[in-house]
Amino acid sequence: MVMKTKSGLIDMSCNFFDAKLPSPVFTASGCAASGKELSQFMDLTTIGGIVTKSVMLEARAGRATPRMSETPSGMLNGIGLQGPGIDAFLETDLTWLNEKKIATVVSIAGNTVEEFSKLAFKLKNRSDILAIEVNISCPNVENRNKVFACNPVTAQEAIKAVKKHISDIPLLAKLSPDVTDIVEIADASIKAGANGLSLINTLLGMVIDTKTFKPVLSGGTGGLSGPAIRPVAVRVIHQVRAAFEDIFILGSGGLRTGSDGLEFIAAGANALSLGTIIFNDPTSPVRIHNEMAEHLTALNKTSLAQVRNMAHD
Amino acid sequence: MPIQHQASVISNTRTGAYQLLTLTAGEIPKEFKPGQFVTLAIDGLSSGLILRRAFSIYQAQDRGVYGGTIDLVVAAHGEGTKWITQLKRDDSVNIVGPLGKPFSIPKDAVSCVLIGGGYGAAPLFRLAEALRSRGCRVDFILGAQNSEKLFGILEARRLGHNVLITTQDGSSGHQGLVTDVLPDLIAKADSQVIYSCGPMPMLQAITKIAQAHQIYSFTAVEEAMACGIGVCMTCVLPVIGDDGVTRMVRSCVEGPTFKGERVRWDEVGTIPPDTYGAGNQ
Ligand SMILES: Cc1cc2nc3c(=O)[nH]c(=O)nc-3n(C[C@H](O)[C@H](O)[C@H](O)COP(=O)(O)O)c2cc1C
Ligand code: FES
Repeated sequence: MVMKTKSGLIDMSCNFFDAKLPSPVFTASGCAASGKELSQFMDLTTIGGIVTKSVMLEARAGRATPRMSETPSGMLNGIGLQGPGIDAFLETDLTWLNEKKIATVVSIAGNTVEEFSKLAFKLKNRSDILAIEVNISCPNVENRNKVFACNPVTAQEAIKAVKKHISDIPLLAKLSPDVTDIVEIADASIKAGANGLSLINTLLGMVIDTKTFKPVLSGGTGGLSGPAIRPVAVRVIHQVRAAFEDIFILGSGGLRTGSDGLEFIAAGANALSLGTIIFNDPTSPVRIHNEMAEHLTALNKTSLAQVRNMAHD
Repeated sequence: MPIQHQASVISNTRTGAYQLLTLTAGEIPKEFKPGQFVTLAIDGLSSGLILRRAFSIYQAQDRGVYGGTIDLVVAAHGEGTKWITQLKRDDSVNIVGPLGKPFSIPKDAVSCVLIGGGYGAAPLFRLAEALRSRGCRVDFILGAQNSEKLFGILEARRLGHNVLITTQDGSSGHQGLVTDVLPDLIAKADSQVIYSCGPMPMLQAITKIAQAHQIYSFTAVEEAMACGIGVCMTCVLPVIGDDGVTRMVRSCVEGPTFKGERVRWDEVGTIPPDTYGAGNQ
C-alpha cells in the first residue's frame, strides 16, 4: 500500500507469505490479548495484524501474582500462560477476530510434544488464520521443564509435531535468545518444517526485592522485555538473516519507535511485532508504522523493501 | 471507551502528603464514571520507565476554560510517581482513560458508607455526588496512618451526613482503624451499602463487617498493573463469578471495583486450587 507522508510517497506494504498486508507492523503474542481491548484504540485492520496470546490445549490459570516487575527500560514478566484453552479461544476469540477481518497469527504453546500435536490438529485446514506461531520458548514438562527452544532436538520435535498436521498455513517458530548458538536452533526449526521465524522471545531474568531478599516474581524468574533487549534482538535477527537468506523473519524485542523498526528491517526482518511498548503506548502500532514511513521518505526511499537486509554486506 | 490523550498540566499543588494534579483531559471526562481510573506514561519515548502509573479519577470536569480536565491525587512511591509529583504547569504527559469498571450505584435511595484509606479516598467524592443525586444518604469514614495522609476531609464534610476520621498514630480523630468505628456507624445510619477504596487488608476487613451485617460491600482494589487496558494479565485476583466459579480476573478491566464478597481476599497472591484452569500448570 502506498502512503503519503510529509516528504513523499512510500510503499509500506508487507509480503506475508501469500498475503499482501498494508503494514509490516503486528502486535506481539501476549501483549495484545486477542485484539478486542486494543481495538478500542485503533482499527487493527490498518496494521499488519495481531499475534494472539499463546494458547494452550486446556484453560490455564497462570502463575500467582506478583507477575511482573519493572526493570530499567523494560519489564520482567511471569504470567504463566493464563488463557482459555484452544477450544474456547477458537470459538470466541478467533470468531471475533474473523468477524472484524483482523489478520491473525495464532500462537500456540504446549507442555509436551504431544500437546503441540493436538493443538495443531485443532488448527488443521483453517483458512481464517494468516499463520501459526509456535511458541517453543516455553518449558517442556517432559524434559525437566527445559525450554523447547533451548535445544535443537526438542525444538525440532515440537515443530515437527505441528507440521505433521499443517500443510497450507505458514508456520513460524518463535525462538528464545537464551541459547549459545541461535543459528543452530533456527536451522533445526527450519528443517522441521518452519516456514519462518519469530525472533526474539523474552530473555530469562530475575529481580530480587532488597527488603525481603526474595525474588519479586512469584515464579522466581521471568521474561525480560522492552527497549532494554532491543540490541539483542537486532543481533539475533542479523545473525539468522546472515545464515538464511530467504527465511521469513517476524522481528520483536524492544521496539519503541519507527527508527527501531527500521533497524530490524535492515538487520533482516520481514515484519515486526510490538510487545511491551503497547503497554506504554496503546496506539504505538499506528505510530511506529507512520514513523517508519516518515523516516524513509525523508531519506528519499520509496518502499520499505529498499532497506531490508541493508545492514548486511 | 478509553481515550489516549496528550495532556497538559494545569496545576500541581501540595495537599497534605500528596500532590493534587490537574490535567487537560479532552473527552475523557465525558466518558468518566465514578470509580474509574487513568494511567499516565512516565515522560516521553526515551524514558527508562516504560510502564504507566494508574490513578483513580478524583474529579472530572467536562467543560471549562481548558475543555475537559481531570484531577488526580498522587502519592510519590517510587521513581515514576516522583516524576509525576514534580510535573510543572504546561508540562506534557500522556494519559489513557477512563479505564476499568465504575462503582455500581443502587437503584433506590439507600444509606451508604464511603470509606477511604489515605489517597484511596480520591474516587469516593464523585461517587458521593452520584449517590446523593439518587437520594442516598452518604456517610464517610476517612482513615490513614497519620493526619498528613488523610485526604478530602473538607469535601467529605460538604457531601457527607457524618464524617468519621481515624488515624493509626492518633494525630487526628479516633486512634486506630476505619473498621473500629464502622460497626457503630452502620447501626446508627442503618447503612445498606459500603463502598471502600484503600489497601487490601482494609478492604477485606470491611467486607467481613459488611457480611456480618448482611449489607453490600463494593471495593476498589489497587493491584500492580503493567498495561491498565486488559492486554497483559499481570493484574489478576482470584474472584468468584456469577456461576460460583473462581477465576483469575483482571483488576484493570473486570475491576478495579468488585463486590467485596466475590474477592478471595485471603488467597490474593495465590492461585486457589479450585480456580478455573488451576489444574493445568
Ligand atoms: C506480559 C507479556 C506476555 C507475553 N506473553 C507471550 C506469549 O504468550 N507467547 C509468546 O510467544 N510471547 C509472549 N511474550 C513475548 C512477546 O511476544 C515478545 O516476543 C517479547 O516481549 C519481546 O518483545 P518486546 O520487547 O517488544 O516486548 C510476552 C511478553 C510480555 C511482556
Ligand atoms: S494491567 Fe494489563 S491486564 Fe490488567
